[in-house]
Amino acid sequence: MTTFKILRFDPLTQETPHFQAYEHTPNPKDSMLDVLKDIRDQQDPALSFRYSCREAVCGSCAVTINGSICLACRTQFEDLQTDPVLIEPLPNLEIQKDLVVDLEPFWEAYRFVQPYLQPAGDVPEKGHRVEEKQMEAVFQYITCIMCACCYSACPVASRDDRYLGPAALAKLYRFVLDPRDKRPYNALARVDSPAGVWGCDTVFRCNEVCPKKVRPADGIEGLRRKLIVKRARHPLRRKR
Amino acid sequence: MKNHDLLIVGGGLAGLAAALSADRKVNVAVISKVHPLRSHSVAAQGGINAALGNHPDGKEDSWEKHAFDTIKGSDYLADQDAAELLCRKAVPLMYELDHWGVPFSRFSTGAIAQRPFGGAGFPRTCYAADRTGQVLLHTLYEQAVRKSVTFYDELLVTNLVVRDGRCLGLVAYDLAKGKILIIPSKAVIFATGGYGRVYQRSTNAFINFGSGIGMAYRAGVPVKDLEFVQFHPTTLLGKNILISEAARGEGGYLVNNQGRRFMADYAPSVMELAPRDIVARSIQTEIDQGRGFENQSVHLDLRHLGRDKIEKRLPGIRDICIYFGGLDPVDTPIPVQPAQHYSMGGIDVDKDCASPVKGFYAAGECACVSVHGANRLGGNSLLESIVFGKIAGESAVRFVEGGASDPTPEDLREIGREARRLYELTRAIKQRAVGENVYQLLNALKKVMSDKAGVFRNAENLRSALEDIAELRQAYRRVFIVGTCDRYCQEFTTLVEFDYMLDVSEMILRGALNREETRGSHFRTDFPKRNDEAWLKHTIMTRQGNFPRISYRDVDLSKYKPQERKY
Repeated sequence: MTTFKILRFDPLTQETPHFQAYEHTPNPKDSMLDVLKDIRDQQDPALSFRYSCREAVCGSCAVTINGSICLACRTQFEDLQTDPVLIEPLPNLEIQKDLVVDLEPFWEAYRFVQPYLQPAGDVPEKGHRVEEKQMEAVFQYITCIMCACCYSACPVASRDDRYLGPAALAKLYRFVLDPRDKRPYNALARVDSPAGVWGCDTVFRCNEVCPKKVRPADGIEGLRRKLIVKRARHPLRRKR
Repeated sequence: MKNHDLLIVGGGLAGLAAALSADRKVNVAVISKVHPLRSHSVAAQGGINAALGNHPDGKEDSWEKHAFDTIKGSDYLADQDAAELLCRKAVPLMYELDHWGVPFSRFSTGAIAQRPFGGAGFPRTCYAADRTGQVLLHTLYEQAVRKSVTFYDELLVTNLVVRDGRCLGLVAYDLAKGKILIIPSKAVIFATGGYGRVYQRSTNAFINFGSGIGMAYRAGVPVKDLEFVQFHPTTLLGKNILISEAARGEGGYLVNNQGRRFMADYAPSVMELAPRDIVARSIQTEIDQGRGFENQSVHLDLRHLGRDKIEKRLPGIRDICIYFGGLDPVDTPIPVQPAQHYSMGGIDVDKDCASPVKGFYAAGECACVSVHGANRLGGNSLLESIVFGKIAGESAVRFVEGGASDPTPEDLREIGREARRLYELTRAIKQRAVGENVYQLLNALKKVMSDKAGVFRNAENLRSALEDIAELRQAYRRVFIVGTCDRYCQEFTTLVEFDYMLDVSEMILRGALNREETRGSHFRTDFPKRNDEAWLKHTIMTRQGNFPRISYRDVDLSKYKPQERKY
């Protein structure tokens, strides 16, 4: 029997969050998502949390377990070795209910960077030709599942809600790296600001917590280099 | 919620493709019970088929050969005209997807890379490592963001409202607000996905309840071929997470406890790359006859591929094995077993994705055109969801532009009545002090389906399963909600969806019991042969009172004559 202390909060009816303790004996091979589901199914149907794929590819179930930001589905109960186990929502985001947080600031940043390929011209008759190596460079970033672990771990995003955060910037860099993308210079200028790439204070919490080894900070670094090179080439177009 | 001409239910590949093809022509919105990027399309791994002929061994490939492989793979139950449409559209679609930004893996020529897949005559599966579904879903969502498509996330549609053969709109539960909504619409497209979670062992996401299929059936839309359930041969022992067919496409071996590549006994000419129904049965037979490991798995051995190839082509599979199986496929064979994976059957629609109900369309896994017949080939589902998602969007636009009438006050009252029924039902459930726990019923249902309607079926088990379903229906009437919870109440959503799951399960069982033959994924141990004379036809079920009325429809055989299916 293990005690699971889970943060409960309904902002519409309650003043403050509180921890509720559940006694539960997980199966040896259970993930923390299995544990949450079993507690809900057997003890407290009103407990709310997000989930979908249970295989670390949909990005739904990011939570904080024993103080570490992680995907519940990929965190194995056996590996925790603590009693009690503490489960909280992602930090630095508003709680909608229990472990469900409002990800709108995260999606807003995502939309802001224009997260889509901007190719030139119409569909080429036989498709684009892309060097194998160039496409593989993009692969580092396309493994991102938009779980918001990095966003909620980022110290800059937590103190400055204008900051776009690691995932959105890494997403932009994925397109900048893509040889099919022909976005104009001013598309990069969107992130040439303290709310963009210059906001990052390079403590690399994002790289640390990313469950998919994306290393978003590499993308931010890459964007900074791009901007510096472009400024050198286009001194007159430099803003401010 | 604003008024929209066309509502698309489901934000996976089919729903997004429909939205992209319909947006800006009519006023569209996508409703999804999760954020679209959480949809199950994201979990597809191996690839998407198109006869591009980029592979050195694929120069002779053509969309006609792709169509033939699809038809043969379907055990001749696919409608041949529909399969041809699918495969013809595949080639230009790949270039369009490429232009939208899908990061396909490349050959050294710079062209889109292709790999061999089961049941295919040529290597024609395009891929992005083993994350093809993820990159496709993300790319289509990106395009939707680009076009500023309207999304309503975390809204569970609970009822499709149809009157006099015309679709009026929807009832939905808003998870964030905890409210029931009345949503009129000129046209509706269902892209609600499969029903994997009516089975205990399934590769599907936890959210795949198949309620969309049940909802359509309940509203009087016919459903088709539900008895055909695909069991994926290779799922990770324990969690049943998909281990992509790409693992075998890249050269992986299936090995039994005697160290033998047993596919030599079942499909000697293609070995591990036989279609999924055949490989799944072969694995289950090995396990059942004592040649498995601990009577529950066989080994998928990738070790001879080497670290570099595994890291480059199958990085996602390696991660899954490490994090969820506690082993590294570079050093250790993967224990695998068959599990439910895909629903070939679904809402009965034609090549335009239109159902017999005016203004109601369906696409993707929840629909049955039919292009997959009795067995789907790997790499064809991503293709189908996008091709037919687009077609559904175009068809719905034609319908709306063709003068579909605005909802009348009477229409609104009708939707309101459905909403009230749901509300009353919930209130009654909440007032009960004791009763059945819906999650326990759900677990019981899953066990029935896995035990009695799995890879191998027979009349006795199917009949007994139907009795079990009848009992579960009785129990469902006594169901009650334990806590008090209105917002993000997953017990409520499960409660609503479970009712539909009972219908879907019953139709799988009835279809399977009636079809006294073996075809594709449907294997009857008491009728182990295919019977074209009696059963070369689609099963159609339409609700009449509280029961499905069964009828049959001929298969389109305009191109190829059915032959014995050998590999």
